Amino acid sequence: MARPVDGPYIDSAGRGDWPKPLKAETCELSFYYGTRLVLKRVSVPIAECNITALIGPSGCGKSTFLRCFNRMHDLYPGTRYEGAIVLYPDSRNILDREVDPIEVRMRLAMVFQKPNPFPKSVYENVAYGLRVRGVKDRRAIDEKVEQALRSAALWEEVKDRLSALGTSLSGGQQQRLCIARALATDPELLLLDEPTSALDPIATASIEELLQDLKRRVTILIVTHNMQQAARISDWTAFMYLGELVEFGPTKRLFTTPAKKQTEDYITGRFG
Amino acid sequence: MPTVMTEGKAILIDKSGGMEAAGRRRARRRREFVIEGGLLLAALVSVATTVTILAVLLFESLGFFEIVSLLDFFTDTLWTPLFDDPHYGILPLLAGTVVTSVVGLLVAIPVGTVSAIYLSEFASPRMREIIKPTLELLGAVPTVVYGYFALLVVTPALQLLWPDLPGFNMLGPGIVIGIMILPLVISLSEDAMRAVPMVLREGSYAMGATHLETAWRVVVPAATSGIVAAYVLGVSRAVGETMVVAIAAGQNPNLTWNPMEPAATITAYIVQVALGDLPHGSIGYRSIFAAGLVLAVMTFAFNILGHVMRKRFREVY
Repeated sequence: MARPVDGPYIDSAGRGDWPKPLKAETCELSFYYGTRLVLKRVSVPIAECNITALIGPSGCGKSTFLRCFNRMHDLYPGTRYEGAIVLYPDSRNILDREVDPIEVRMRLAMVFQKPNPFPKSVYENVAYGLRVRGVKDRRAIDEKVEQALRSAALWEEVKDRLSALGTSLSGGQQQRLCIARALATDPELLLLDEPTSALDPIATASIEELLQDLKRRVTILIVTHNMQQAARISDWTAFMYLGELVEFGPTKRLFTTPAKKQTEDYITGRFG
Repeated sequence: MPTVMTEGKAILIDKSGGMEAAGRRRARRRREFVIEGGLLLAALVSVATTVTILAVLLFESLGFFEIVSLLDFFTDTLWTPLFDDPHYGILPLLAGTVVTSVVGLLVAIPVGTVSAIYLSEFASPRMREIIKPTLELLGAVPTVVYGYFALLVVTPALQLLWPDLPGFNMLGPGIVIGIMILPLVISLSEDAMRAVPMVLREGSYAMGATHLETAWRVVVPAATSGIVAAYVLGVSRAVGETMVVAIAAGQNPNLTWNPMEPAATITAYIVQVALGDLPHGSIGYRSIFAAGLVLAVMTFAFNILGHVMRKRFREVY
């Protein structure tokens, strides 16, 4: 699919603060669980090597939105996408029927709400994506594993117990292990679904710091229920409500001078 | 005055009400006690049975071991308790039990694991609805039927491949034992795999893994202890299996590890001897209990091992 027309994607505030260059963008993305419409024509740009945060009250569809990117919904029957998610630089609509979801997932990576390390060693957890991609060279895998664990700020803590079970680490370490696992395959876009909601404040801080570091190399799209977190770490914020995009803009602007009443009510804590 | 009256009345009513409530409470407690006692008795039946069986086994075996030393029992290579020159070496029977069980497991473990993976990860709900009841039916077939199935169908079929195979052998019954324990192995391993949280599968898919890679590299390892528990419980069932081996394996105690040969298992010996007319209290009679004790200890050990494994796998999530 060609790049969609610029038409509908104007800044809701009309201020022209539109991200550039883009790593991805959704174009009128709608999503159905059975007959229930849970995403309504959502169009959001994802700026390259930036952090884009999705905020909104529970049930607003932000996780559903995120999971469209790696076609997670394909795993469940009765789900349907409409519209497009375009991945750049090849301008490919990854929702296209002809696109193999596995091929899409090879380009992206995802970190889940609850740490979900596989019941394997720390090393094998990180090596998983490489093995799935058919990498056989031991030295190449060793190197990638170390690199990914360093990027996830976990190397120093686990370098002496790479053969320990991933599930034996602490919650914060497990989540960083999942981030390392995601980074090992050099994803173009890193999807994070409330990655710190199951963690204590210290572990949360370390992951937030890590994300700041990572964004130099990888585009990040993060769902968070925590507005302070979005304000702290993201460059762009999309506020969603009841399956619709209410407002999108640079984080600083959206949190200081929201253009919509609903956004203002939400970020000032009047609802949600 | 009227106020006092009312107060008195009020107190009276309250008192009688309280007494009534107390009476009701006592009656309820009595009823509950009776019901609870009944439930406890029902539960105790199985415990008492187990304890009694073990006690009888131990008691009768003690009589046996007064005559036969433990050393002979475990080292003698002949089991001929009813001959004029009696030998009481459990090894030939043990070998028969081990060989038939191992053959059974060689069938049940691969077939069972693959079927469980299919049912848990690949089968459509409709397919599962058809396969699961069919499997349960497999478990409901009487073991005598399995015995003759081994003797009259499986062994002749194997003889097409190996014409030298004797009519009584351990291979045929072993295979049939494998088929018999399949439902158990499948349903327990499938339970273990289905208990693996969806978020682990999603994690694997998100890494670009295929359906098969996810099943094999994530779900199966995550369910390992449950699957192993299924195997272990399968072993204890195979070890205790009686009719199939009694019918189709031949009944002569024969110390061999070759499944192509006929042999007797511990269980087969027990039915065989128990069917004859042994005088009560004779050494032959007591040998049944000694053999039974060995069997009980084996299955007991495997059951405990299986339950330990199951518990461990529950603690993972």
